[in-house]
Amino acid sequence: MPPPAHGTPRVPDWTSLARGRRVRPLEWLAERVLMALAFTALVVICLIFLFVGREAWPIFAGRVDSSLARELQDVIPPEDLDKTPPERLRLYLGLTREQFAAMDRDTLRELMEVRIEAREQIPDDKDALLNTVRWRYLIGPHQWTGYDRPVYIWQPVSAIHKYNLVPLVVGSLKATLVALAFAVPLALAAAIYVSQLANPRAREWLKPGIELLAGIPSVVLGFFALIVLATLMQRLFGYPSRLNALVAGVALGLAVIPVVFSVAEDALTSVPRSYAEAALALGSTRWQAAWQIVLPAALPGVFAAVVLGFGRAIGETMIVLMASGNASILSWNPLDSVRTLTATIAAELAETVVGGHHYRMLFVIGVLLFAVTFLSNLAGEWFIHRLRARLEGQR
Amino acid sequence: MQMKSTTSWVPRRFLGTTLVVLAAGTCPGAHAATITVKGSDTMVILAQKWAEVYMSQHPDVKIQVTGGGTGTGFAALQNQQTDLCNASRKIRPKEVETCIRAFGRRPTEYRVALDGLSVYVHADNPIEELSMEQLEAIFTGRITNWKELGGPDARIILYSRENNSGTYEFFKDHVLQGKDFAAQAQTMPGTAAVLQAVSRERYGIGYGGAAYGVGAKHLRIRKDAGAPAVEPTEENVINGSYPISRYLYIYVNPALDKGPVAEYLRWIRSDAGQAVVKQVGYYPLPPELRTR
Repeated sequence: MPPPAHGTPRVPDWTSLARGRRVRPLEWLAERVLMALAFTALVVICLIFLFVGREAWPIFAGRVDSSLARELQDVIPPEDLDKTPPERLRLYLGLTREQFAAMDRDTLRELMEVRIEAREQIPDDKDALLNTVRWRYLIGPHQWTGYDRPVYIWQPVSAIHKYNLVPLVVGSLKATLVALAFAVPLALAAAIYVSQLANPRAREWLKPGIELLAGIPSVVLGFFALIVLATLMQRLFGYPSRLNALVAGVALGLAVIPVVFSVAEDALTSVPRSYAEAALALGSTRWQAAWQIVLPAALPGVFAAVVLGFGRAIGETMIVLMASGNASILSWNPLDSVRTLTATIAAELAETVVGGHHYRMLFVIGVLLFAVTFLSNLAGEWFIHRLRARLEGQR
Repeated sequence: MQMKSTTSWVPRRFLGTTLVVLAAGTCPGAHAATITVKGSDTMVILAQKWAEVYMSQHPDVKIQVTGGGTGTGFAALQNQQTDLCNASRKIRPKEVETCIRAFGRRPTEYRVALDGLSVYVHADNPIEELSMEQLEAIFTGRITNWKELGGPDARIILYSRENNSGTYEFFKDHVLQGKDFAAQAQTMPGTAAVLQAVSRERYGIGYGGAAYGVGAKHLRIRKDAGAPAVEPTEENVINGSYPISRYLYIYVNPALDKGPVAEYLRWIRSDAGQAVVKQVGYYPLPPELRTR
């Protein structure tokens, strides 16, 4: 029997639910538009990732060279403009054939003079020949000229561009961990209270109240931390550096609380009522039921809340930019100032030469952040999925 | 009913605005020569004041001033997105090279004002003066305690600017002799933020334009250990005895340096323009650098 030919018109199924599409073209159209919008979001995310990845790719591929080797070659004095073979001159000035052909003598001469000025400004430094965007300098320590030991250092605007990512990664982790240490216990306690212990009246007020915290613009939180919180905490604890990971972490924690709270509260509420009722029927107190029955049952969801909070904290920019002091110190002491990955991008991107190595390094940081937040969100979703599977008894 | 009338009203209004904008944009000769200025954040206040005063005297000229930083200004100059570029440091060879590639000529440099960089400490700090050498040691992290300078036994808290600022680079080149800032230096998004931080931090030290004065103590600076300590006053900055001073610049594509733009630049460097410099808190150019 031959396979049915493609394009055979299907007999319209007038009895099915799809019938409505033909009868109401406007609804059909609306449905299509909504579908297109939903997919657009997905496409936009992919495009953004592609853009960030494309800008960072030359560094991953090792195609960027930040060394000053080109400037250090022998210079051709401008007087020799006519004596130098054109091809040699073109290579010397780093021009494409079209650019070279379009330039008149004065322009070439100017370019040659600029090259000499650039040569004079090269620091007398053995590091000038290093390509500092290679991975061993990005993640390993190196003893730069003028330093007495190998260091991890982020000094992108410097005679020798130093792009070590370790202080920034540690800085981001430090601020995030402080934020989680502050936010998770508070948010979890609130979630347990609201979902299990509070009477309905209190719940009605508390839940939207805490979730309202999410509505505070992060710049306002940052400003509050910079002006009020920093001074208050320094007076309280008497540490030397006014802006530090602790201040930034606490402010960050305020932004994280609503995320952790609402996910954890959802997870706790989704535990079937029968669990707690069974416990109460067996004579346990409400506290015992909440703490020993409902919380363990909802544990994957609680994990998800923490992981999503982590993603939110590590991606937050404005608060850390304002309240952390932005010094790229490598230390685990929360009382030292920190510079985070996000704040680095925000503070430096506007000034970089588009397509230059500093610009590309900031996009490498962007890829790093994208990967970390993506993975933490993925992990969060996976935990929630597990919770659902567990509660529905599939495992 | 109410709803319907609003929805039909909105597009018509938008249309009207668009038409007005188009009309204004398409007939440049009629009036309004527009000059765009972009660059150094340090110079934004100054540039805005210049623009304001100049526009009030020349209603036919429109001047738009934006900041973003010296580097951003040069990038815009190269891409020919701005007429004038404010710069708080000299242009770098790399940037000259990109400019030549973009429009074939080296941008013209105009010195437009003088600025003294002050070093600030908290008002209660007993230190009154430092030498350039000590400043270098402090900001590169070799001296970390006020005790070593004759002050109280407390850690020095360093405040610096973000590495995109011209002030940062000037301080690095002229005070640190090109060395790196200590990693401990906290970076602040503007001179006002540095000043605000130092005025709240008992053991802090920071640097920034002398125009931003109030709230912290300005130190007197010695050129070297034997030289007298000099205060950042107008007189000392202009006669060059205060050791940390710099010119502020405007760069322009030579092809655009004519007509209203050239006139504006000449006015900036005239006595009238320099009077504005003084009002804003910077230091006017010495007379030999002005236009008559």
